Parts: sequence; C-alpha cells; structure tokens
Amino acid sequence: MTMRANAVADLRSSAIAASYIVAAVLFIFGLKRLSSPATARQGNRLAAAGMTLALVATLLDRQIVSFWTIAIGMAIGAAIGTYFARTVQMTAMPQMVALFNGMGGATAALVSVAEYLRLARNGADAGAGEEISIVLGTIIGAVSFTGSLVAFGKLQEILSGKPLQFPLQKALNGFLLAAIALLGFVIVAGTGETAALWALFATALLLGAMFVLPIGGGDMPVVISILNSLTGLAAALTGFVLHNQMLVVAGVLVGASGTLLTLLMSNAMNRSVANVLFGAFGSGLVAGSGTADDTPRSIRQTTAEDTAIALAYARSVVIVPGYGLAVAEAQHTVRELATDLEKRGVSVKYAIHPVAGRMPGHMNVLLAEANVPYDQLLEMEQVNGEFAQTDVVLVVGANDVVNPAARDDPSSPIYGMPILDVDKARNIIVLKRSMGHGFAGIENALFHHEKTRMLFGDARKSLTEVGQSLKSA
Amino acid sequence: MSVELVLGVYVFILAMFVGFEVIARVPSVLHTPLMSATNAIHGIVVLGAMLVAGGADTPLLKTLGFIAVVFGAANVFGGFVVTDRMLEMFRKRDDDEGKRGG
Repeated sequence: MTMRANAVADLRSSAIAASYIVAAVLFIFGLKRLSSPATARQGNRLAAAGMTLALVATLLDRQIVSFWTIAIGMAIGAAIGTYFARTVQMTAMPQMVALFNGMGGATAALVSVAEYLRLARNGADAGAGEEISIVLGTIIGAVSFTGSLVAFGKLQEILSGKPLQFPLQKALNGFLLAAIALLGFVIVAGTGETAALWALFATALLLGAMFVLPIGGGDMPVVISILNSLTGLAAALTGFVLHNQMLVVAGVLVGASGTLLTLLMSNAMNRSVANVLFGAFGSGLVAGSGTADDTPRSIRQTTAEDTAIALAYARSVVIVPGYGLAVAEAQHTVRELATDLEKRGVSVKYAIHPVAGRMPGHMNVLLAEANVPYDQLLEMEQVNGEFAQTDVVLVVGANDVVNPAARDDPSSPIYGMPILDVDKARNIIVLKRSMGHGFAGIENALFHHEKTRMLFGDARKSLTEVGQSLKSA
Repeated sequence: MSVELVLGVYVFILAMFVGFEVIARVPSVLHTPLMSATNAIHGIVVLGAMLVAGGADTPLLKTLGFIAVVFGAANVFGGFVVTDRMLEMFRKRDDDEGKRGG
C-alpha cells in the first residue's frame, strides 16, 4: 500500500515537473515568435498555453489541500483582468500595462510575505539564501506595486503629470532605503522576525510611491519598463523561495526584456536611466536657449482648406504622429485622410519615432488599430533620408521628437536626442492644440520655421475638416 | 546555500542570456505588445499564490493567498487578452481589405 502511494506521489511530481519544463519552453518560443508582426499573435498564444499548462499542473501539487480559495480568487481575478483588457482604449495602453504590472508586483510581494509567515510558524529554518530571496522579493514586489499605481495615476491623469518635488525628498528616500536595508538585515540574521517583515513590506510600499512621484509624466514609459523588469525579478526570486525553476526562467525572461527596453528607450532620448529616474525632467526649471531668446518669433497659421490643397497636390506626404494623435483618438481619421490621398495618387507614409507616444511602439499599435498596414510605417533610420524629397510633412501632435534643437543647439536640454529631420522637407504642416510645450517643456524652433504652417485645434477635428476640404479640392 | 538554490542561480543566469538573445530581435514596431506580453508572463507568480492559498492553515495566510491569487489572475488573464487584442490588429496591406472599417 505504501509503495503504491509512493509510486502515485512520484508520478504526480514527475508530471508537475514535466509540465513546468514544457511551460518554460513555450514561454521562450512565444517570445521568439513576437519578433515579427506576422507570427506575433501566435507567439502570445503559445505563451498563454504555457501559462495554462503551468497553472493546471500546479493544482496537482500536494501542498494544495483546499481548492475553493484558489477557484474563487482565480474567477474574480480573471473576470477583472479580462474585463479591463477587453474594454480599454488602445490610447490608454500604457496605463493598462502599468496597472497589470502593479498587480503582478503585489502578488510577488504577498507570496514572499506569506511564505515567510508559513516558515516562521512551522519553526522551520529557511536557509540564508531563501531568506534573502524572501526579503528581496518582498521589497521589489512592493516597490513595483505602488510604483506602478503612481505611474497609472499619472498616465490616467488622476495625479498631476508634473514631477512632484518637495524639500528633503532625497533625504526621505535615503532614510527609507536605510530602513529597508536594516530591516532586511534583521530578518536574514534572526529567526521568525514576522514584525520586521511586515515593517519591511510597509516601508517598501512607501518607497515605491516616493520613487515614482518625482518623475515627470513624459518619462512614464521608461518607468513602466523598469517596473516591468522589477516585477519579473520579483517573480524569479519567489522561484528561489519555492524552489521552482520555471518561475525563475519566466521571471528572468521578463526581467531581461524590461531591462533591454529601458536601455533602448533612454538611448532614444539620449539620456541615462539615472537621469530619467532622478532628473525630475520636465519640471519647468530647464532653461534652454530656446526659452532664453526674447526676440518675439512669428508663427504662420494655416487653414484646413489650405492644408487640403497642399496635401492634394503633393507627390509625397509623410505623416508624423505623436502623443497628440493618441489624446485626440485621431488614428482612424488620419487613416481615412491617408486613404483619400492615396486614391489621388499621393504617396503616403508614416514616420514613427521610437519614443513617440507614451510607450515604445505605442503609435504602431494605434495605427494598426486604424488598419494602417505595418509596411507603411517607417522607423526613424529608414525615413530620415527621405525627408529632403518629401513635399509635405504632416506633424500630428508630435513635438519634442521633431525639435531641430536636439540636433543643432548644444545648449538645449534635449540636445543629442535623435529626432525625425522633418525640417528638411519642402513644406511642414503642424497640427497642434495650442502653442504649449512638449514633455520636455522647451520651445520648438520648428514651429517658427519659414517652411512651417500651424493648424491649431484638436487633431481629430482638424483632420476631419482637412478631409472634407480634400473632397472638393 | 542549498543545492536547489545553487541550481536556481544557474537557471537564473542562463535564462538571462536566453532572454537578451530572444528579445533583442524584437523590432520596435512590436515593443508595446512585447511589454504587454512579458507583463502577462510575470503573472506566473500566481502559481506561488495558488500554493499559498491552497495550503493555508491560518485565516491570515488564507487571506494573503486569496488576495495574491486575485491580483495574479488579473495580471495573467488581463495581460494575455490585451496583448492578443493588440496583435490581432497588426496586419499587412494585402490581407486588410476584407476587414476594413472593422
């Protein structure tokens, strides 16, 4: 009888282990398939299949004695997640990712805390390595949770997008870090210090919020990317605690992805990650030569009718979308306009800056939503050589990514950031809500260029008017 | 350090190399879906939450496990569904004609 029971238990744990291995492989293949738009959807589904397999296999674990808590929790979580995922606007994708990321961080922290409490109650000695993993998992998960919530608040405009700064901020953060280090040491050195662990959890929650508050709304994509990689790391750490290698693999894959994207984005802005995190960029204190210049500079306004004529009689048009397009939900209108132009024989392309929008690749998603084929979207390196032969560039709600100061003015705070060279085109039409500044809070010389015409107003409204005028042009 | 932990560290390092290799090839067109898909993948930590919730022997552990399962499941399901919604929209010029305006 005992032998039989052993054999069953053995079979069960082998089945779990095998499922976990397959799941890890599916995650890797899924990510591999994400490298081309043609196979990406399949890739995501492979990863989802790996996830399903892993979760079902976990139910076989002998540690699980009560299924009800899991079933009810899963049902509630799945309902919430699926509801938001189905209903969210594509323009709100950055805050959606931030929110889901925060939930993952919270899960990692709670698992670490619970695991410590369980070990402490049973009087089992976890081993120093496991205790360090618990401490780090709690800290990183908690920071990711509140950090993501603040990032969500800033992007959703519940909180002000401006960097929040107050006296002694750095001193406070330093104090929180020191407290966390001390508490972490107490937990690892002692045995069953549950009070210290709760204090650590609370302090890390506070640190997460404090860490993101002083960062400007424009830098949130980088922050989300960092927090994403942190949650991956926290998940990997719980893998150390639970001795589950599949968790380690999945968590590290996410960590690597987040790290790479973070570096790519800060390179695209020509800033260091440290500058993004601690520079309080866009706080309105930057004084570039653009703002210091007191000679009044003229701008030339244009009308929807004139814009329509300029576009209708152009041979080539390049559209440069920016965050203004997302805010105005103008992706469908811009696509309609482009289709009408193509019918007239005008060549239309889109130029996508790597950090246009509020997330890397955000513009691609929005334009894909409007059925723009992805082979019509050009990346910065592909398109920059073409501007000199372009008749009209239509800038829709982009600002800093087309500011020639980044290329020409060494005193500008964004100097060195790679930009789209739209000022090389024959004509430039800028659709903009007002003469307000971009994320960087600096003047844009492009708007005063003699080749530039400004069309003020909400991007969708302006584009609709241009489209109507085009029909009679 | 336990043998299992040492093994974990090996896996950690190797997975890091695999991750960098695989992800470096993803073009910037797909960076938003990539972020969202990896976001769903780290929801795997819900597995730990299931073990906590299913094996809890005190009300406190049960509560912690339950909250963790809810959060983790929202992360997993929401992440995969929203990524699928995004990727569904990516198509080439040839195959978009039939689905225009949809």
